[in-house]
Order: sequence, then C-alpha cells, then structure tokens
Amino acid sequence: MSAGGAGVVVLGCGNPSRGDDALGCELLQRLERLVADEALPVECVLGFQLQNEHALDIAGRQLVLFVDASVSAEAPFRFGPVAAQAERAPTTHALSPGGVLEVLERVQGQVAPPAFVLAVRGTAFELGEGLSPAAAANLEVAWQLLQQLVRSPSPAAWRAHAEAA
Amino acid sequence: MADIQPPAPRRVVIEPVSRVEGHGKVTLLLDDAGRVTQARLHIVEFRGFEKFITGRTFWEVPVLVQRLCGICPISHHLAAGKAVDMLVGARVLTPTADKVRRLAHLGQTLQSHALHFFHLSSPDLLLGFDAEVGQRNLLGVLAAHPEVARRGIALRAYGQEVLRLLTGKRVHGVLVVPGGINQALGAAARATLQQDIDQIVTWCQDSVTLARELYLRDEARNQAFGSFRSSFLGLTRADGALELYDGGLRARDADGQTIFDHVDPVEYTHYLREEVRSWTYLKFPYIASRGRDAGWYRVGPLARVNNADSITTPLAEAERVRFRGHGGAAPVWASLAYHWARMIEMLHCAEAIRELLGDAELGGSELVVKGERQGTGIGVIEAPRGTLFHHYEADDRGLITRCNLIVSTTSNNQAMNTAVERVAAQYFDGRAITEGLLNHIEVAIRAYDPCLSCATHALGQMPQQFSAVAPDGAVVDLVRRAADGTLTRPSPGAA
Repeated sequence: MSAGGAGVVVLGCGNPSRGDDALGCELLQRLERLVADEALPVECVLGFQLQNEHALDIAGRQLVLFVDASVSAEAPFRFGPVAAQAERAPTTHALSPGGVLEVLERVQGQVAPPAFVLAVRGTAFELGEGLSPAAAANLEVAWQLLQQLVRSPSPAAWRAHAEAA
Repeated sequence: MADIQPPAPRRVVIEPVSRVEGHGKVTLLLDDAGRVTQARLHIVEFRGFEKFITGRTFWEVPVLVQRLCGICPISHHLAAGKAVDMLVGARVLTPTADKVRRLAHLGQTLQSHALHFFHLSSPDLLLGFDAEVGQRNLLGVLAAHPEVARRGIALRAYGQEVLRLLTGKRVHGVLVVPGGINQALGAAARATLQQDIDQIVTWCQDSVTLARELYLRDEARNQAFGSFRSSFLGLTRADGALELYDGGLRARDADGQTIFDHVDPVEYTHYLREEVRSWTYLKFPYIASRGRDAGWYRVGPLARVNNADSITTPLAEAERVRFRGHGGAAPVWASLAYHWARMIEMLHCAEAIRELLGDAELGGSELVVKGERQGTGIGVIEAPRGTLFHHYEADDRGLITRCNLIVSTTSNNQAMNTAVERVAAQYFDGRAITEGLLNHIEVAIRAYDPCLSCATHALGQMPQQFSAVAPDGAVVDLVRRAADGTLTRPSPGAA
C-alpha cells in the first residue's frame, strides 16, 4: 500500500457525541485548519477509535502523535513518549497507542518511529453532551502545546516538551 | 389414556459478556439423555432504532441509521438513502450519483469482508478451532502467518480509504442526500484509489485461494460443520447475475429450485413475514409462501453466490464456477463455505472498483434529482452480511410515522440458531461445557456474523460464565473463563 506523504502524522480519536470524549476530535479539527493555513508537513487522521489499520497511517513517518481524551491524566493533560506494546486482549474495536505501534512493527518488521501521546483530561462522557467546562479549559491549554509541537516537529523538541510537562 | 407430559428439557446457558456490536448468550435445550434438542441464540440487547426514528424528519434518517453498526454503517446509510429517494420521488438517480453510491458500497463491502475474514475468522481457520485463546486473534495470525495478516489489514484499509474519500470519514461519513449524493469523486481522490487497486485485486485473488484451500484442506469436516439445508434469499440483476446495490429479490430452496424471482424489493411485504419470539429481541423472518416453520432462509455471501447465475467481473466469475462445482446440482449448504463465498465477493468488489474508477461519470456534476413526494419509502440493498431492508412511512410534514428494518442478522437468525444446534449436538457430551464446545460454537456463529462474533469473540478475552441448569433450576454445571482464557469450575452453589 502506498505510504503517507507527510513526515508527521497526528492521530486523534474520540466520539464527538459523548461529552469530553470530543477532546481529541476538537483538537484535530483545529489542527487541520492550522496545517492548511501554515502548510505544515503534518497529516491529521481522525477516528472514533484506534484500530489495526491505523498502523498503516504511521508506516514511513518520522514522528507520530496520538491525541485523545483521558480519564486518568492529571489536568490539564499528560504528554509523553509511548512505545510499542502488545495488547493483552487484542480486539477489532479499539487498540491503545502502544498497540497500534506494536501492530506496525509486526506488519513492517521494523521499529516504529518515535511516538508521543497527548492525553487531555476529561471528566464527563455522557451521550449527547458537549464539553464540560473543565475539559474546555484543558482543551485550550493542550491546544497551545499542540501548536508548538507541530511547528517544531522533531523527537528531541518533543522530548523536551515531555520533560517540561 | 393418561395425559403424558413430555420430559422438561434441561438447559445449558452460554452467556458471553456484553460487547459493543451486540450482546448474546446461547441456551442449549437438552433431553433427559443429555442430547441437544434445540439451540437458542438470544439477542438480549434492545437497540430500538425502529422506535426512536419515528418522529424524526426523513432527511435525517440516512445519517441516524449509520449508528446501527460500526462495521457496515454505509450499508445502512445507502439502504436508508434508497428509501428516502423513494420518499422524495427520485425514481432514477443521475449516473454520477448512482455510480458514486455503488463505489461506496463496493468499498464498504470490501473492507467489511476483509475484517470478517482476516480479523475475526482467519484466527480460527489458520490457527485451529482449539488454538490457545490468547493467540486466536489477528496478532496471533501476524505471528504465525504474517503475510496473510498484513494483507488483511491492507485490504481493509483500502476499503476504508474508498469510504473516506467519498464520505469524508472511514466510519460514519456522509454521502447520501435525498435523491442523490453530496459530492462526486474528485480527480485527486480517483488517482489515489487507482494507485493501489491492481495490488488489491491481486491480493483479493490470493484471498480466494486461501479461503478455498482452507475449506478443501478438511473438506469432509467443513462440509459437515454446522451444516444444514435451507433456502437462500438475495438480490440479483435482471440477468440473474450477482448484484449488491440494487436488483430484484430471488429466493431459491435448498435444492436450488426457484421460490420467487425478480421481485421488486418494494413488494417485499407480500413475500416475507416476520415472527416475534419471546426469548429474543431478534425477529424471525420467513418466506410467506413456505410458512413459518419451513420458510426461513439464509442471506449473505453464501446465499448470494449460490443464487447468482453469474458474476459480472471475470476473476470472481471463474471462482464462482469453481465454488458451485462443490455443491453439485444443489447449492452449497455448509456454514463454513460462507468464508469462501465471502472472499469471492471481495474479489468481485475489487474488480468492480477497478472498473468503476475508469468511469468518467464518477466525477460528474449532476448529483441530485427531485420528484413528487411519496408517503412510503423502501430501500433494499445487499449489505456485507446479507439482504438489508429499510422501510419508512412519512407524513406530509416529512416526519417518520413508521419504520421497519430487517437487517441481515435478523434474516440469518434461524440459520445461526440451527448452526449452533448442529455444532452443539456434535460436540456437547451431555454433561460438561468444555472449552472445545465454546470454541466450536464461536466458529459457527462467526461464519455468519462478526457483530455477534464480537460478542462471542470476547470468550477467552473477558471473564465469562457458562452454566447448565436442570429443569428445577439447580445449576448442574458451572464454568467460568477468566480474561487469560483459564477455565475454572467452581461449585454450582457459587453461581
């Protein structure tokens, strides 16, 4: 299959109809506009959940970022590196970022590119609800970081952000 | 003469933990000798789409119904779209709208068939029905048969890419509007899809070969596994060829004799009936002329390939001829032959996509037609797992007043019950629920439906409990399967 073009891929996931689960979607939509406006070498991929096929979106990239809502991250967000890790119970429905990287390594037979996770704290995930006030505030802080990340797309720069976070 | 009561059957209940696509459990009814007399595949999840769609505007429906399924949402989107076309009096779509919708449906079927075969079923078929549950998944296939798994992932990704480029998203995108579509296929998107399609066709050919070889490797077992005679229902073209998007309804009996043919799908209520049973939310449709007991039928790849007189694309047609050769004069009945038929259809989809991508009308500008409003809209399509009926009534304000859906799983309801019954009769020893029995029941259900298979695929990956219950309610057997696949048998009192 033909590999993606941009050196950086940002995979956002979440359900925009389930309250704070929309955090990943909202950030990706903002990012798509930024990438278009500034012609950044970044590809945005948005989905409800991470699946095996997302491994092919990562193949051939230099840097990977997963963006999602999180119930366990401390507010406003957690940002850090993620490594390939086999899923304990692989399903067709949803993989973790590490699980996607693991699939990539098995499919490609090579080490996955440097990958990071931006997990934005969410608290309310009710069907049909919008973002909670707390999540909306977290979103704004995360958006500031996300802009910095895509404007300085190098593993070293991202690691520095992770250490500072 | 004394009033002799038949002995009350014992019950064995197999209850998977709920999963996203569908919740289910299996009850085996036993006679006094411990033989399986009936299997009941319960659908205990009530989704209620027919009710909550009522009162909504008809133009919302094609988007709303996509939430019925995360695997084949475009099939619901298109079936509802066809029904809404009828509501707005759009009898004939523009060539661009018709072809773009067909392309979306081909992409949808390709990705769904790839998921069904490679992600869900190939672990059973390649690693063995009794393989260790922790390995019986796609990653297990990646380890043991890496090229097969790689192709499965790539094939599904290609089908998803077709959908993304046409609908804006891989899952739950939007293409249909009343009387047409919201966008044609642009030149850049067409070039993207053309770039890989030759490779996709080749991989689909390899996939048919794999499915055929897996079936024939142990043909005697596979022919007998969950096998039974049944009628088959599906759409065909006017010339009898395989048709996935449109066409007339054809039903043939277990011997291949025609029950009805070239029936306008909007007349389906004259040919099909639906029965409700108290123990499941899933209805039991049947062919009216054959009656409730004898009129049930199967849908999906096996039904379609059995019913079709030909396939319009050459590579798939050659494989269809080969496939039908294994049924002799009669249709192929084996449940496990679904996988072989599924891969033949996937090859057809790839060939048809390649053909369509060369059609200039995909990029046309005439996207929507209008007509005179009607009160009834019926859309029928061949979804990946079988014939899908969407039927709506709308009032003058455009509000839905009645909705009836017959989804593929519903049409295959009796077939899945029968397949489970046959497998359980073969593998249940009358006393204990074994891991082998559970595995074999999963394999039988998965031949038909990955939605329910998702539920059953949870076996071994999530905590489970299985119990055998005597007529007086006492638990005579109790099995728990832990997340790591370990089976334990606590005392019945722990149930």
